Amino acid sequence: MSANPARPTSFDVAAIRRDFPILHQSVNGKPLVYLDNAASSQRPRAVIDAISRYYEHDHANVHRGVHVLSQRATDAYEGARDVIRRFINAADTKEVIFTRGTTEGVNLVAQSFLRPTLQAGDEILISALEHHANIVPWQLLCEQTGATLKVVPIDRRGVVDFAAFETLIGPRTKLLAIAHVSNALGTIVPVERFIAVAKRHGVPVLLDGAQAVPHTSVDVQALGCDFYCFSGHKMLGPTGIGVLYGRKQLLERMPPWQGGGDMILSVTFEKTTFNQLPWKFEAGTPDISGAIGLAAAISYLESIGMERIAAYEHELLMYATERLSRIPGLQIVGTAPEKAAVVSFVLEGIHPHDIGTIVDTEGVAIRTGHHCAMPVMEYFKVPATARASFAFYNTFEEVDRLVAALEHTRRLLG
Amino acid sequence: MDLKDLYRDVIVDHNRNPRNFGKLTPADVHADGHNPLCGDRLTVYANLDGDRIKDIKFEGSGCAISVSSASLLTEAVKGKTRAEIQKLFDEVHTLLTQHDATVDVSKLGKLAALSGVREFPARVKCASLCWHTLNAALDSQAEPVTTE
Repeated sequence: MSANPARPTSFDVAAIRRDFPILHQSVNGKPLVYLDNAASSQRPRAVIDAISRYYEHDHANVHRGVHVLSQRATDAYEGARDVIRRFINAADTKEVIFTRGTTEGVNLVAQSFLRPTLQAGDEILISALEHHANIVPWQLLCEQTGATLKVVPIDRRGVVDFAAFETLIGPRTKLLAIAHVSNALGTIVPVERFIAVAKRHGVPVLLDGAQAVPHTSVDVQALGCDFYCFSGHKMLGPTGIGVLYGRKQLLERMPPWQGGGDMILSVTFEKTTFNQLPWKFEAGTPDISGAIGLAAAISYLESIGMERIAAYEHELLMYATERLSRIPGLQIVGTAPEKAAVVSFVLEGIHPHDIGTIVDTEGVAIRTGHHCAMPVMEYFKVPATARASFAFYNTFEEVDRLVAALEHTRRLLG
Repeated sequence: MDLKDLYRDVIVDHNRNPRNFGKLTPADVHADGHNPLCGDRLTVYANLDGDRIKDIKFEGSGCAISVSSASLLTEAVKGKTRAEIQKLFDEVHTLLTQHDATVDVSKLGKLAALSGVREFPARVKCASLCWHTLNAALDSQAEPVTTE
């Protein structure tokens, strides 16, 4: 009989771990336990190989040459775009813009979609859960235009206050920009409900999907959002590549946000004609290998299955929550009923920074600090938290290792 | 990398029971220090006799390294002049950052307990925050004071 019948036994985590070379090493003399996946995940061999193969066989600049390598590189780059389109179920590859990451996607929408029409007195609505990347671009825009940033509050569980949202949205609201999943607390925001209300008010919606896409299947058409941003490196892909999904009707109306090569059809000193979507928003030589690596990451995720990944990570979350809750003096910050596999916590009398250093000497990598969400820390009146964030290559034994490292921390400093 | 080198008994003790902890009212000088990366915040208060520190206190919250370092600092600088403090800070800074440190730890007294920090580069800022804050407090006093 299995000790824990709830565990999905069909999930062969040992085989999965063999696909990730970086996991098989010792840190400070102990086998590495990597629990900082919300900051950045690790890469499977398939992603590393796809990038190497591209550089060893196919690299040239895209959209330019008539020679074979340029054609191969173009096919691989545009092929990657279509892999991503299918993954998020966008209607058209023109709606998939490659960016440097989530942050750049948010900035692009701020400057190209909203700025041209935004006026003093207009309002942008965000939530109190947001990562700095979904706060600061809007603050910059407000400074540029005289618009106002409005913030939907959260409650003690880390749940966005839907009733307050309904009172805050109104005729002056020009955009709702909200996280799909909170990076600091793990809260899964029921964005469908928010989008439904926003639509009634005719307010476009941007979702920050950086923490959602790696852990659950996302269908941008089913969601009905106008913009969706995410990053490659949090979903097994390379750093420096990300995606902005935007509805074609909106993207077509938007001016380019950076000028240069690749985003033009013709240039004279009198008049430049911009390229079509999606290239209109991709000035300069793009991150070709990054796009190829991201497509390889998506293929890998799909080979396992997003539903199975979500189910296994949920089991890890339940187990970690239960084990950590039993540590005396430990308080979990963020207890929303729907959560991704993120456990943010504080230990009574011990600063998170000390926790991070001590568990690191036990080989356990977690994040400590404000998680680029200082307003969230402010709300919970803590200077920082420790955060363990899980991926599907983590194990129940690694949760035990974290717990043991925290017990060690308490003995040392408690 | 031995954890016991970082969290020595002196450090653990000063973290649990920080010395000279609290607000000094009135204070001739004070300054706030903030390490946004880890959320450490502290305020250093001092009363001066010429350029000699007559009394010093600190308050705030932070990790064990920053709290104990601040606590040790208050004990170390009480009664010292600005020049003596600068010399001490230079030595502490060398102790915190340089592996082949030629610091005579016997002159540092209890501050020598911070020597383990240099094995943990991510924590150097924690240990030095209170020193920078004290300097800021003393510098604020050096600014010309206008009352009209």
